[in-house]
Amino acid sequence: MEINLLEQIVIPIIKILFIAHLLIIGVMAMIWSERRVSGWMQDRLGPNRVGPQGLLQPIADGIKFLFKEDLIPNHVDKPLYVLAPAMLLVPAMITIAVVPFGNSITISGLEAPILLQIADINIGILFILAITSLGVYGVVIGAWASNNKYSLLGGLRSSAQMISYELTLGLAIIGVLMLSSSLSLRTIAVEQGAYPWKWNFLIHFPAFLAFTTAMFAETNRLPFDLAEAEQELVAGYHTEYSSMKFALFFMAEYMNMIVGSAVVVTLFLGGWHFFGLENLGGEGSILAGLISFAIFFIKTGIFLFVFIWVRWTLPRFRYDQLMNFGWKFLLPVTLTSIVVTGTLWVVVKENKQLWIGIGNAVAAFIVVAIVAGMLAMDNNSKSAVQSTPAAAPLRGLDAVE
Amino acid sequence: MTADQILFFIFGGVSLIGAIAVISFRHPIYSALSLIVTFFSQAGLFVLLGAHFVAAVQVIVYAGAIMVLFLFVIMLLNLGTLSAKGVLTGKLKGIAIVLGILFAAQGIYIAVNALTDTEVGSPEAIERAADLATNPIETYDIGILLFRDYLLPFEVTSLILLAALIGVIVLVKRENRVEN
Repeated sequence: MEINLLEQIVIPIIKILFIAHLLIIGVMAMIWSERRVSGWMQDRLGPNRVGPQGLLQPIADGIKFLFKEDLIPNHVDKPLYVLAPAMLLVPAMITIAVVPFGNSITISGLEAPILLQIADINIGILFILAITSLGVYGVVIGAWASNNKYSLLGGLRSSAQMISYELTLGLAIIGVLMLSSSLSLRTIAVEQGAYPWKWNFLIHFPAFLAFTTAMFAETNRLPFDLAEAEQELVAGYHTEYSSMKFALFFMAEYMNMIVGSAVVVTLFLGGWHFFGLENLGGEGSILAGLISFAIFFIKTGIFLFVFIWVRWTLPRFRYDQLMNFGWKFLLPVTLTSIVVTGTLWVVVKENKQLWIGIGNAVAAFIVVAIVAGMLAMDNNSKSAVQSTPAAAPLRGLDAVE
Repeated sequence: MTADQILFFIFGGVSLIGAIAVISFRHPIYSALSLIVTFFSQAGLFVLLGAHFVAAVQVIVYAGAIMVLFLFVIMLLNLGTLSAKGVLTGKLKGIAIVLGILFAAQGIYIAVNALTDTEVGSPEAIERAADLATNPIETYDIGILLFRDYLLPFEVTSLILLAALIGVIVLVKRENRVEN
């Protein structure tokens, strides 16, 4: 087997280095924008002293993390305690490998066009699900190795939460896969085409909402950050961590957000497409390749802003609310979405996308109404039981639920 | 040695080391983690065989879901380090010895067969393996196999899972009724 040095080794390495660095710079940009945006939302300034507009703040943070004493408490399980941050960070970094961040560039003299993607594998979306499901070990092992009750509680909470919402995450994409009949992220992005009304977020609107919500839960972000609820658990699973080890947990969270946004953009928001702008200068030209990358970058950025926006506007869920929401609302909605998409795909002959879109929205509405009705009835019967005099004081608590 | 062979020895070696570590560690958490390493490198072996879908499912189901539940239980029960003697005492020890001998016999049988089999290592077999590596089995093909050629076994398997699911729910509900 002949190996073409330039095409099979040099170009992939350039792509990998580019994306890995972009991810780390992206984390720094996210730290800065999270603090500035939260300041803006709360009508205060946020960090603005280091560099213009405080842009160098993440570097200052990084230096501080590096120079802080790396404390390892005596009571921890040392090997696992050291391993845990890496176990969280590595899955967060490798998932980006299969996400297409732009169209392809054709350069004369090369055998194949350069795909703006590290690896276009056939099972792309399954790869992402598989690797993200490993991220939970970092949290659980870190929590357990800390040998601290608060840490362990945080770890248990987060693993239960991640397992519950992984189901929604996996089921929500089935409809998308049915329409594009491929597991490759590049094919899914290409199938959606250039125009927003053909993108998956309209056709599979309930699944899109469910997927996004599950994504928030998977990344342990507010309103689902029960694993590190400060008022209850000090800092949750990373209570015992300091210095750069804590920073690794922190970076993994932001990397998960970036990769998650990129996946949502690819699956539901048309990837690098935007009204045909991505083909400016002819498909395959360098200009078109750069524009397609810019479009993908901007879309991901907008979605990341939504992450920050949600964090600073919504309060934290309570644990039972979190579980109820995941199992009683999101799961039925995604399951119905699969059934409706499949049925309409076979039954409807013309305008399939339109009818599937309408059918999905209506079905989701009905499911949510039924579940909400059942929960309300359940609550009513509970309060009826408790209206005996002895249980009366409890009703106040029950009403809060 | 080709890249495929090097990768095979890496994945195969790691999965063996992981498997030995599972039974050597005295602490259940370490054992569980070693098992995850084994599952993961087996997924790597599947990839080398061109079975990408099976590899992904291996990681999602075994490494990602089942082992998380294992860890969960171990942590909740707060199992400590096992004593030097281990858990195998009395009757269990006898059963373990019998099973171990059977298992070792199987392994030796397979190894001897593979070494004496003329088909293994023949040019045709190597060609077939190379073909699999460059043209991986598509998810489409697995779908055709599962939902057309082997539909009945597939549905029966899902019924078994459903039965287990219902059984669990019935057991939980019965306990509730007693409490009330």
